[in-house]
Amino acid sequence: MAQDAQLSQKPAAASLQLSQKTWAWIGVTPFFIFALMFLILPTVDLMIGAFQDPDGNFTLQNLANLNSPTIISAYVISLKVSIASALTGAVFGFFMAYAAVLGGLPQWIRPTLMTFSGVASNFAGLPLAFAFIATLGRVGLVTVLARDWLGFNLYGTGFNLLSFWGLTITYLYFQIPLMVLIIAPALDGLKREWREASEILGASRWQYWRHVAFPILWPSILGTTLLLFANSFGAVATAYALTGSSLNIVTILLYAQIRGDVLHDQGLGYALALGMILITGLSNGAYIWLRQRSERWLR
Amino acid sequence: MTQARLGSWIAIVLGTLYFVIPLIGTFEFSMKMRRGEYSFDAYRVVLNDPQFQATFAYSTVLALATIVVGVVLVVPTAYWIQLRLPKLRPLVEFITLMPLVIPAIVIVFGYIRLYNSSSILPMTSHARATDLLLTFSYVTLALPYMYRAVDTGLRSIDVRTLTEAAENLGAGWPTILFRVILPNVRSAILSGAFLTFAIVIGEFTMASLLNRPAFGVYLQNIGANRAYEPSALAIIAFLVTWACMGLINVFGRGKQIKAAP
Repeated sequence: MAQDAQLSQKPAAASLQLSQKTWAWIGVTPFFIFALMFLILPTVDLMIGAFQDPDGNFTLQNLANLNSPTIISAYVISLKVSIASALTGAVFGFFMAYAAVLGGLPQWIRPTLMTFSGVASNFAGLPLAFAFIATLGRVGLVTVLARDWLGFNLYGTGFNLLSFWGLTITYLYFQIPLMVLIIAPALDGLKREWREASEILGASRWQYWRHVAFPILWPSILGTTLLLFANSFGAVATAYALTGSSLNIVTILLYAQIRGDVLHDQGLGYALALGMILITGLSNGAYIWLRQRSERWLR
Repeated sequence: MTQARLGSWIAIVLGTLYFVIPLIGTFEFSMKMRRGEYSFDAYRVVLNDPQFQATFAYSTVLALATIVVGVVLVVPTAYWIQLRLPKLRPLVEFITLMPLVIPAIVIVFGYIRLYNSSSILPMTSHARATDLLLTFSYVTLALPYMYRAVDTGLRSIDVRTLTEAAENLGAGWPTILFRVILPNVRSAILSGAFLTFAIVIGEFTMASLLNRPAFGVYLQNIGANRAYEPSALAIIAFLVTWACMGLINVFGRGKQIKAAP
């Protein structure tokens, strides 16, 4: 009976289904128009611009012009800072997350760490630069205390906050918490049974990590590291406030180019942007791929 | 086992030192404005600065506009994807992840090329139009967080049953979306909203390149020209971020304990 009723309703249901689908399409249209206008077209337009001369003809000259000592060294320093802060952030973030999740510490540590990580990962930009100038700058707290109490002259060692190491240490303030936030759920995904099974089979702690836990975790670890890389590669405000335009990194160069056309060549600016899109695009493509691999296990 | 726990303590203590010392350093520095004694002079100067008030108000309004546009854009989309168009999910997720891939400075550079004063849609030629463009750029920036928050919220409720129940009672689409779905994902939306606020309030790159008087631009200006005020501003910014995250915890945890009377 019920089946009969369903059968006789089918045409009506089909037309209802159709109108619902139509409604759904109308419902998602604004989102796609927005994405097209304010995300996709501006980016594609820049990428096209990288292959055009001022008159709009096709050219490879803009890309060839990237081959100048200033621009290459800017890319190199940007890559160095991003790789260093991503790797260091990933290692320290992993250990902190591990300590809080699996380290056998008091219960309150974990929620405290997670909440603080949420704050610190968003505490970026200019205020972060101000905080580190007040701490590790020439008259910053740590610099002064090290000099007065320990007789240790930090700036005498060649350290400078406005340098590769200074920038890396500052970036870690949002990189480590980001790693903690993403990797803690992955550590939760390690099932207790796996550890018990390997212990019953006589595996040592090291063997458990080497052959069970790490192979499961490495896609998330490596993937998050790539996300951290892109995160610091695109950062502008912190570096700009720390160094003004004295440290030559890609984002600062591009910022100065957009503001005042320092390169005196619009096309070169587009080529600079294209290079950044390619670098972060590749690293995030790898991230998405790795995340899909790791999610197969973490269910 | 005790050895492992010792290692955990070391990791946490070292991490705490790294994260707390800059805050102490900043706070200490911010109170040194008066020679020879600690005072809150820097805070007084900053809070009484008309520029501070104007730019903070401007960025607050912009953040609220960003949240409204973001919610209006994301909630219906996530709803329809969940209910009727699951095939589009990978595409929509890919688009919402794009702002993490493309640096903000590149996106805004694209706007300047595409919407400059001699283009078909000259959004940078008038202040109000540029405000709108800046709002849209912030919506883009917050898209990954807003979409994920709303999507997680929608997954945790039974969208299909709620929709069908509302349909059976004769509700139209606007009623279903705004009076049935929206209240049920309120805590998720609030999480996304506070996160958006935390991101937008001190944003520098986009506001500066679009030449708008936002709080981030004011911060940069003070940072380049003053000694103690930047530290006070950093502490204020940290407190604002902390407040946003705290509110996320407050609203995110409570599973709508207070039902409508």
